[in-house]
Amino acid sequence: MNKTDINQIELTETVGNIYADDAKMSIRNANVYYGDKQAIHDVSLDLAKNQVTALIGPSGCGKSTFLRCLNRMNDTIDICRITGQLTLDGDDIYDKDLDPVLLRARVGMVFQKPNPFPKSIYDNVAYGARIHGLTNNKAELDEIVETSLQKAGLFNEVKDRLKDPGTGLSGGQQQRLCIARTIAVSPEVILMDEPASALDPIATAIIEELIDELKEKYTIAIVTHSMQQAARVSQHTAYFHLGKLVEMGKTEDIFTRPSHKLTENYITGRFG
Amino acid sequence: MTTSNTPNNESTNKEEQESPSGFTSKLHLDKHISRRFNEELEQVRTLVMKMGFLVEQQVNDGLRAVLNADETLAAKVIERDHEVNTMELEIDEYCTQILARRQPAASDLRLIVSVIKSITDLERMGDESVKFGRNAIKLAKGSFTEEGSRPLVELKHLGHHVSKTLNKALIAYAQMDVKAALEIIKDDNIIDEEFDNISRLLVTKMMENPREIKNALRVTWCARALERIGDHTTNLCEYIVYLVEGKDVRHATMEQIEAKIER
Repeated sequence: MNKTDINQIELTETVGNIYADDAKMSIRNANVYYGDKQAIHDVSLDLAKNQVTALIGPSGCGKSTFLRCLNRMNDTIDICRITGQLTLDGDDIYDKDLDPVLLRARVGMVFQKPNPFPKSIYDNVAYGARIHGLTNNKAELDEIVETSLQKAGLFNEVKDRLKDPGTGLSGGQQQRLCIARTIAVSPEVILMDEPASALDPIATAIIEELIDELKEKYTIAIVTHSMQQAARVSQHTAYFHLGKLVEMGKTEDIFTRPSHKLTENYITGRFG
Repeated sequence: MTTSNTPNNESTNKEEQESPSGFTSKLHLDKHISRRFNEELEQVRTLVMKMGFLVEQQVNDGLRAVLNADETLAAKVIERDHEVNTMELEIDEYCTQILARRQPAASDLRLIVSVIKSITDLERMGDESVKFGRNAIKLAKGSFTEEGSRPLVELKHLGHHVSKTLNKALIAYAQMDVKAALEIIKDDNIIDEEFDNISRLLVTKMMENPREIKNALRVTWCARALERIGDHTTNLCEYIVYLVEGKDVRHATMEQIEAKIER
């Protein structure tokens, strides 16, 4: 008795609260298909403005797929098809007239493995500003590079070697360089796909501290496999399971008294 | 009189138990991917129950020592208090290790937090039992043994009630039985009323016979200890509710508690 078979727990609706008082992005009934296979089932949630929302769940639960929908990264995959309503400040981000490149400037992304361009530290950060034509003189560009590096907490460590290749930095520094590169184009939302999973604990702590500071200016969504990280950095947590959003709520509730058995099993390391 | 429980006789009130391991099954303590973690949480549970029944025995023996003016038993209760203290330290350390190494979450976290809090209350109950022991020795030396004297009858009555409540609370703990825990919380005011009655009775006694003031005060202190044990028992029950429901019901009226549970 009292035994729960994970596969027999029926998923109906998301439990908890998916709504934010001040939503930067709103997603309603999102479905994502890779060819015939459905990867995301009817997911609805809000990303609260100037707050960190953590997306957690086991491998293959669709959290990264979902994150990539938020700046149309999935557009690059031919067989990928998306339905539902996804809005940024009320504007449909899948509007046919919307240039995905401009969208990605507003909704930036940081990946699991730091991926600096094989260019100098300076050029890495200046790249986006240049292609988006954010500035046309050197002094302004210098300014953007410096403030971006400062916001990413990297400036003091690299200020004397801005011409050195970005790939020569340590893993943690490279990740902060990628964050600086994202910030340089003044995004409104930053999506992070396991930004610290390839880093040591010290570099991780620095990134987490940075996330906390960045939320003052930006709205952040972070996919992480580390439950402790989600608990530490986020204000809202969404738990995905088999492509469905099982539960969403305040982080303080999810980690002390989750409502759904599946969430409980996942965050406490039980079978499932 | 009250039954004296050995640390391991969880079989008392067997008919009240719905399954031999309600605690483990209700909290799914055996369902972690890490088998070691299962074992560690199970061990915490075992240690707390062991400490609980040791404290229950201390309370019952201490009370009996007072009622029978039994110096030998009183000395034993005082002597055995260090076992309770040692268990508190051991469980505290065990929980600290789990927090540091496992970073428990959700119900596992609530289990560890409620255990850390519960053992403080259990240890205090142990201290109250020592007060019985000390007063029992003094009462014995002060030849206050008038069998059937009203204060002692009342003390026996209150003691019986408190002891029964503690036993119920420990079983509720073992079974993670929120309903039983709520019943106990609800009934705490009965213990408080009984304590007030004894106090009034003893004040009257003291006014009637000032020479008995010393002894009457000792009985008062024993009654006070029982009342405190009742309060600590209520705390245990509040931790059961927190552990199972994730709701903090401390410092709340019964109506507020029920509203919280239903939400």
